[in-house]
Amino acid sequence: MRTKQLLVTLLTLLLFPCLLFAGTVSGKVTYTGTPAKPKSIDMSKEPSCAKQHATPVTTETVVTGPNNALANVVVYISAGANDEGQVPQQAVTYEQKGCQYIPHVLPMHTGQELKVVNDDQTSHNIHPLAKINREWNKSQPPGTPPISEKYDKEEFITVKCNVHPWMRGYFAVLKTNHYDVSKDDGGFKLPNLPPGKYTVTAWHEDYGTQTADVTITGNETKDVTFTFKAKAY
Amino acid sequence: MMKSRTITCSLLLMAALAGLAFAQNAGISSGYPTPKNGFTDSQQRGHGLYLRYCVLCHGVYGDGNGDNAQFLDPRPRDFTAATFKCRSTPTGTLPLDSDLIHTLIRGIQATNMPSWRPLSDENRQDLVAYIKTFSDRWKTEKPGDPIKVPPEPAVTIDSIKHGHELFEKMECWKCHGQLGHGDGPSASTLTDSKDQPIRPYNFAAARNDSRFKCGVTNEDLYRIFMTGVDGTPMPSFADVIQPNDAWDLVHYLRTLQIGRRSKENDVLKSAGGASTLKTPETKSENITPADSDRQVSHAGH
Repeated sequence: MRTKQLLVTLLTLLLFPCLLFAGTVSGKVTYTGTPAKPKSIDMSKEPSCAKQHATPVTTETVVTGPNNALANVVVYISAGANDEGQVPQQAVTYEQKGCQYIPHVLPMHTGQELKVVNDDQTSHNIHPLAKINREWNKSQPPGTPPISEKYDKEEFITVKCNVHPWMRGYFAVLKTNHYDVSKDDGGFKLPNLPPGKYTVTAWHEDYGTQTADVTITGNETKDVTFTFKAKAY
Repeated sequence: MMKSRTITCSLLLMAALAGLAFAQNAGISSGYPTPKNGFTDSQQRGHGLYLRYCVLCHGVYGDGNGDNAQFLDPRPRDFTAATFKCRSTPTGTLPLDSDLIHTLIRGIQATNMPSWRPLSDENRQDLVAYIKTFSDRWKTEKPGDPIKVPPEPAVTIDSIKHGHELFEKMECWKCHGQLGHGDGPSASTLTDSKDQPIRPYNFAAARNDSRFKCGVTNEDLYRIFMTGVDGTPMPSFADVIQPNDAWDLVHYLRTLQIGRRSKENDVLKSAGGASTLKTPETKSENITPADSDRQVSHAGH
């Protein structure tokens, strides 16, 4: 019996080496300096949205957390992965709620289905300002089905709604599935990385892009910190 | 003897002038009688025509940054982006050649793009061939499938009333205003895709000429909101309006053009006028006389 268990374990490990050797890159994204203060958004022209927020929402260009954490930074493997081009079957969802985009930054794989949903009582028009991909602009009244689209090329796309000028969001169309978006604590995690040399890129909508080179040899966790310089305005 | 020499001279002179004229028009004035840069003959001729007619606004690189561009509002089209306002194809797709040729023939209302009707058909085809060289998108993508426009139903008061309901439901008034004056709550903050301020179409400013940026007929108007005006805030409603409902909206929108003599305005008047439509009252936002005058002053090319 023990021999059988041993055999099964050995076979499993041989067939799925990623289970044996799969490292992780994790860490934090922080900033130095003093970021511009977020501004309050006046939604009085859209009462159906204004009433959804007990206190006025603020602009999301720079979202920070305790200990100089920087949120909404897309961290992804930009080079070194040998599993690029695997388009996930499931769609990613972009929600319009309270006249805001949720999430503020949405990463996806090229060719992956994007579903845009309107959960508000007002019409929005979804207008991703793509420059490398196609720029389209569709109206989405309340109660209409989700809009399904996809993007073929890598690009960071600004998304806006013309009816509600304060609405701003981003699509990060990547050619890898190894991505994460830093949370309010600045933390991110990229698991399931086979041994190899990788370039990790961190992108922030206002503070730019930074890269770091990381080598994974086994199933260790490599810690990477990205520090962006805050802008005063 | 003298007479035949005069005739020969005159004939030669006429031939030379004709040759010059033909040469001018064929773009040989570009200085490159044989195609360079891998251009086809048509693109080469188009290049010569572009340098003569288009480059001052649209720029040497076709990016809308010609010498005149800094004085123009809206700015000239950036051909390198391959995004076009006036199409018969869905939003985000490339236009058909015929769409581009129609734009050349019509010009674009309320902008500095004039009508190029006096050019020949071949000139316009050559220009279209040339502007495609400004973006690789034309090499990698095919134009979209043109949207199907069903035959227009009769103009009736029911059609107009239903169109009015759609106008409210689709919230067109958020930008265009309840009376289509371009003074809706969102109008003053609109920017185009290059972050330039832009105003929505003012239906009421149109006197009898009533042209839109992308056409003059009911069918043109149908296409405008069913394909969107790409590069501007105007979205496509193709996913959310059924084709027959779209015709009702067209009929209602025509009644917003109060200065225009039309079947739609006649039908509405005989049914009791605009008051029968029960348009909600909202205050007009931020419209200055200069803006509406600007739209009208560009009319009449």
